[in-house]
Amino acid sequence: MFSFDLLVNAVVAGILLGGFYAAVSLGISMSFGLLEVANIAHPVFVIAGAYAAYMMNTAVGLDPVLTGLLFTPVFYVLGVVVYRIYYASFERKGEQSLRGLVFFFGILFIIEVSLVLTYGVDYRLVEAPYIGRSLLIGPIGIALRLLVPFMVGLVLTLALHLFLGKTFYGRAIMGVSQDALALRLMGADPIKIKTIAFGLGIATTSLAGALLIIIAPVEPSMGREYIGRVFAITVLGGMGSIGGTFVAALILGVAESLTSTFSGPSWALAVSFGILLLALAIRPSGLFGR
Amino acid sequence: MSSPLLDVQHVTKRFGGFHALTDVSLQVHDGERVGLIGPNGSGKTTLINCIAGVLRIDGGRIRFRGTDITTRPAHQRTRLGIARTFQIPKPFTSMTMLENLCIPLTYVRPRQVHGGDIAAAAMAILERIGLAGKAHVTVSSLTLIELRKLELARAMAARPLLLIADEAMAGLSSVEVDEILAILVRLNDEGITIIMIEHIMRAVMRFSSRIIVLDAGQTIADGTPEEILRHSAVEKAYLGT
Amino acid sequence: MRRTLPVVIALSIVGGGMLLTGVVENRYFYFATYVILQYIVLSTAWNILGGYTGYVNFGTPAFFALGAYTSTFLMLFCEAPLLVSIPAGGLISGLLGLGIGYLTLRLKGVFFSIATLALTVVLQTLIINWEFVGGAKGISIIRPVAIPFFRNYVQFLFVVMLGLAVGSLAIARWIEHSWIGLGLAAIRDNEEAAECMGVPTLRLKLFAAVVSGGLMGMAGAPFPYHISLIEPLSAFNLDYAVNSLAMPMIGGTTTWVGPLVGAVLLGTAQQVATVTISSELNLLIVGVVLVGFVILAPDGIVGLLQRMLKRK
Repeated sequence: MFSFDLLVNAVVAGILLGGFYAAVSLGISMSFGLLEVANIAHPVFVIAGAYAAYMMNTAVGLDPVLTGLLFTPVFYVLGVVVYRIYYASFERKGEQSLRGLVFFFGILFIIEVSLVLTYGVDYRLVEAPYIGRSLLIGPIGIALRLLVPFMVGLVLTLALHLFLGKTFYGRAIMGVSQDALALRLMGADPIKIKTIAFGLGIATTSLAGALLIIIAPVEPSMGREYIGRVFAITVLGGMGSIGGTFVAALILGVAESLTSTFSGPSWALAVSFGILLLALAIRPSGLFGR
Repeated sequence: MSSPLLDVQHVTKRFGGFHALTDVSLQVHDGERVGLIGPNGSGKTTLINCIAGVLRIDGGRIRFRGTDITTRPAHQRTRLGIARTFQIPKPFTSMTMLENLCIPLTYVRPRQVHGGDIAAAAMAILERIGLAGKAHVTVSSLTLIELRKLELARAMAARPLLLIADEAMAGLSSVEVDEILAILVRLNDEGITIIMIEHIMRAVMRFSSRIIVLDAGQTIADGTPEEILRHSAVEKAYLGT
Repeated sequence: MRRTLPVVIALSIVGGGMLLTGVVENRYFYFATYVILQYIVLSTAWNILGGYTGYVNFGTPAFFALGAYTSTFLMLFCEAPLLVSIPAGGLISGLLGLGIGYLTLRLKGVFFSIATLALTVVLQTLIINWEFVGGAKGISIIRPVAIPFFRNYVQFLFVVMLGLAVGSLAIARWIEHSWIGLGLAAIRDNEEAAECMGVPTLRLKLFAAVVSGGLMGMAGAPFPYHISLIEPLSAFNLDYAVNSLAMPMIGGTTTWVGPLVGAVLLGTAQQVATVTISSELNLLIVGVVLVGFVILAPDGIVGLLQRMLKRK
């Protein structure tokens, strides 16, 4: 049954969801878009971030967003460690990406199964004053559990955009993706820059995970749904373009929300997969790409 | 004038907003020795990649032996008779030298291999190029000159009519440059048309009967080595005066 | 004589399997060896695209489950016997390989891998919504009571899977030694150079994807009979993804022997382990071993042996 109200609400919900999807995808936009490292384990780091938020929420009642921020340095260090191993084992030797992919798949597996062993397969959720409440603007209902992640996602996008455009390290990261030699000649160590970039990418998963568990309860295998979404967004948005990633995330969010509302929630995933294939078909330069 | 072996007509290639090649036209005739020179970034390798089929062009046409090959994939162009070497050698890393040559021998007109024995034909090529002793060595332990010779040997194994050598002498000593040059001359004597991209001027000048100069994606000169030396635009491109 | 020897060996193995069923009665034995044989097929199939060609497929469960559901569909729709369902499952999964391949194999290998990773979840979602084959609840499958030449259906399934295992090893071996295998190895080592040396890279990659997917589908077709049930969680089990990848990587990816070694070793270890430790811990160990091998011994056990032999 079609109604205009339903349509508008679905679009709004999709936009809000898109903001969250952007938060999840920004890390991949950096590690895959700029560094060309296909970290397929990225979504499972997000799930780990969600569990960190759950842990702090149940233990000391800490707000999930705060936990996300608190754990960001921890995840950054984790990212640095993972990249160091990856670089030493694969990239330095110039190995085919086959082994690097398998490595990340192994990481994905290890983290997911560890979460199952620690927390079991039941859904976990957090409690916060804004979860469960909605704003009403005319016919449009805005769930706060969607609005908060959208706002955080937007802020994160802006922050990263400014960082990459205005700071020394940020511009060095943009530079290393284009010309590592020139960077070396300027006195910056490309490997250190890449490590920082990858670490930052993983660092975002702490906050993204907190946002995830605000939106809905989590269980360990949820990361698998996000793999298609995250790469669809990154490719569609143009590899490495932060602004493009945000726009692409909104598009995907709206597409999924409309599908979910009018065809049923199970088809939403098929839509994001379809968008992934479409994005690959129009070539990995995407909408805003280099 | 008989029709050219390779006919590149008004080729344009863009990467996003960057124009790598703009309206490039050139013809190469049977048996010629053509040198392709130009400053770094002028589009030489891009042009080669377009001719070889590794890149799709955005405008213009490419004809080989009268056939329009503009939309043909690279492997088909190789079968028609175009072979190229890579600026940075790209050997098949898990294979021996001999096995590297077996690939083009198996995939490019294998029925024309003399006697039908692919391994023997590969060995014969290695002997001609002076690498027979290392036939069963995996490529990971080869020196630069050996890798460059392997690139040439592999291209030879494709039995081409046109061979494009992309900086086949970069990084080699003076003696080694002469070795490669001798191989190319011998191949040309046997009837293979050669386009040589090089920065080593003495090699280009000695080798080429004709030189084409590329700068910023456009042809700026096309003539004999003497004419090119005197050409003011060429001087400007290289020295910026 | 050289040509016929492998055929003789292959037939002898299958024949030996049939004779075995006359001697051994222990059902658990057949159950356990079925799982190992299934993994031989899956690892060998994976390796044709992964090890030979260098394109990593993370979506083994999708191809496997598609074979299982094809055979379920045929059984429900027209009571097709297993020996018809197996090639049908292979055909459908082969087509899936062709489809995904056609859409993504023209791009860098990474994009193919990402697409296969997303594929499993999507396919699972679609199947869950398909009530005819049981949807999320699944359908229980009743094995035929009597089957000619065999004492029971479990033994029949064992010999069928033995035949598939031998068949897939034979196919992998043939591809490896043929001109196709040469081209695939060239693609794996340096795809751009291969294309410029006359190798029709797209066509060969699609061939490998179709054969690989098809074999996985054939391995999946008897699955509903094996566990007397068809439902999404077990058909799309992530075990298949990690094992079909870990077994060739541990055994060795460049020859047909590697996946066999990996499947037998790891498969047996897992069968032994499931009685002692939880399946999650089992998977965790596989994951750690996989990462260990890919970092330290990327050529697998076969590679290590080859290097040891060369030093002598």
